[in-house]
Amino acid sequence: MPVLEVKNLSKQYREIRAVDDVSFSVNKGEIVGLLGPNGAGKTTTINMILSVLEPSGGSILIDSIDVTKKRGEAMARTNFAAVYAHLPGNLTVLQNLRVFALLYDVAERAARIQEVIQEFDLERFTDTRAGLLSSGEQTRLSLAKAMLNKPPLLLLDEPTASLDPSTARTIRERIRAYANEGRAGILWTSHNMHEVEAVCDRVLFLSHGKILLEGDPSTLAKEHGKKDLEELFITVAREPLSLELQS
Amino acid sequence: MNTKRIAAIFLRYWFLLTRAPQRFFQIVIWGALDIILWGFITKYLALSGASFGFLTAFLGGAVFLDFIARAHQGTSTPALEDIWSNNLFNYFASPLRIGEYVIGLVCASILTSSVSAVVMVSIAYLVFDFSILALGLPLLGFILILFVFGVSLGILGVMIVLRFGPSGEWYVWPMTAVLSPFVGVFYPISVLPEWMQSIALILPPSYVFEGMRSIILEGTFDVSSLFIGGALAIAYVVVAYLGFVQVYKNVVRNGLLARHSAEGL
Repeated sequence: MPVLEVKNLSKQYREIRAVDDVSFSVNKGEIVGLLGPNGAGKTTTINMILSVLEPSGGSILIDSIDVTKKRGEAMARTNFAAVYAHLPGNLTVLQNLRVFALLYDVAERAARIQEVIQEFDLERFTDTRAGLLSSGEQTRLSLAKAMLNKPPLLLLDEPTASLDPSTARTIRERIRAYANEGRAGILWTSHNMHEVEAVCDRVLFLSHGKILLEGDPSTLAKEHGKKDLEELFITVAREPLSLELQS
Repeated sequence: MNTKRIAAIFLRYWFLLTRAPQRFFQIVIWGALDIILWGFITKYLALSGASFGFLTAFLGGAVFLDFIARAHQGTSTPALEDIWSNNLFNYFASPLRIGEYVIGLVCASILTSSVSAVVMVSIAYLVFDFSILALGLPLLGFILILFVFGVSLGILGVMIVLRFGPSGEWYVWPMTAVLSPFVGVFYPISVLPEWMQSIALILPPSYVFEGMRSIILEGTFDVSSLFIGGALAIAYVVVAYLGFVQVYKNVVRNGLLARHSAEGL
């Protein structure tokens, strides 16, 4: 059952079409990788799903709720972590989690906050201001906030970009386990193709605002005559037209 | 409306205030300084033998003017803190509704303007033997009008910053000061040139300052002016809120809210 349904989504900025008639879905229990070079339209798509950017056309349903019509209800079923949206640096880890637990109307707040603090290894930092954390620790805090409300739809924009390989693997395993519980779908953007192969069930390649390719990350590269996903990514970035003709 | 989300906005600012008490300094210092300054000026004028009730009229004016400024800045400052820390994206990608955000800001303003008012009134009473309570029951109406008008300025300020980015805050800080010559804080509206009087007529604080002088100097009070001032203040806050909602919709449409760099907003 899809937790996210994006239909004919587009975003036009004057003469620039940042997202062009994009349709896809994310099912419960599934991790979908949204890939593409810088400027492909990944973050624009995520921002529209998060309702901080109004689409020029198309629709977005989260758990069958139309984001444009019932924004509050749809956002209560969503959460996100993004490298560009750190939590306020002048609040402590605990204060941030308390504020966002209220915002997302989390049940049994105190207990849930303790759970995510432990889950993301933040016990030592509860009274530390978020701005004093290292970038990896801030990422873990963002992920803890993203998991507070156990969202049916989780959006992760380069969630492991600032993490060391060991922590990144642990985080990937936790998020994979969360998806495997079958109650949530995850949309994941990353520029790390090895990570994408390890964690995603399905990938979508965006180029110039359009979905160019879609498929299983373990077979997609071979289907297009490429050695691996990284080589496919580079082709999408440099010669998208050749792939468009193939598909 | 979800009270927990409103509480979240208030709590975020409460944490900032309690974690860094220096934030309380700016809440109380300006009002306290104004009362001390105007208190001694009026004392000096009274010593010159003038029969006019300088102390009550001037100190009352100073307390009320600062109260508007505190209500105004008490509403805009928590929002500016969110903008300075790039937190608006986190807020508006959550279930938070725009009305809940604004009410949360108003709750923060009630706290900070109350603290400031208590400090100003206490200094006026303890140092200059001036009790604002002498204004009687109309005082309640005056405070409500000034608070609601101050909040409308605060919402207008947030709207300006949302539209023009953090540099727009330079329009926000002087808003109360810019209006003060028009509203007759220390002099009757009748001394103003006609064009300024026309502007004074549409500003709610004018009715408060005129009403206050009327009580102090003549011992009378025209209740109808309180209602006009109150109706105007409500109209201002409604228009400011609707304007804020419209600007929010615009920045969501044109992508300015989703651009995260401070100057990108």
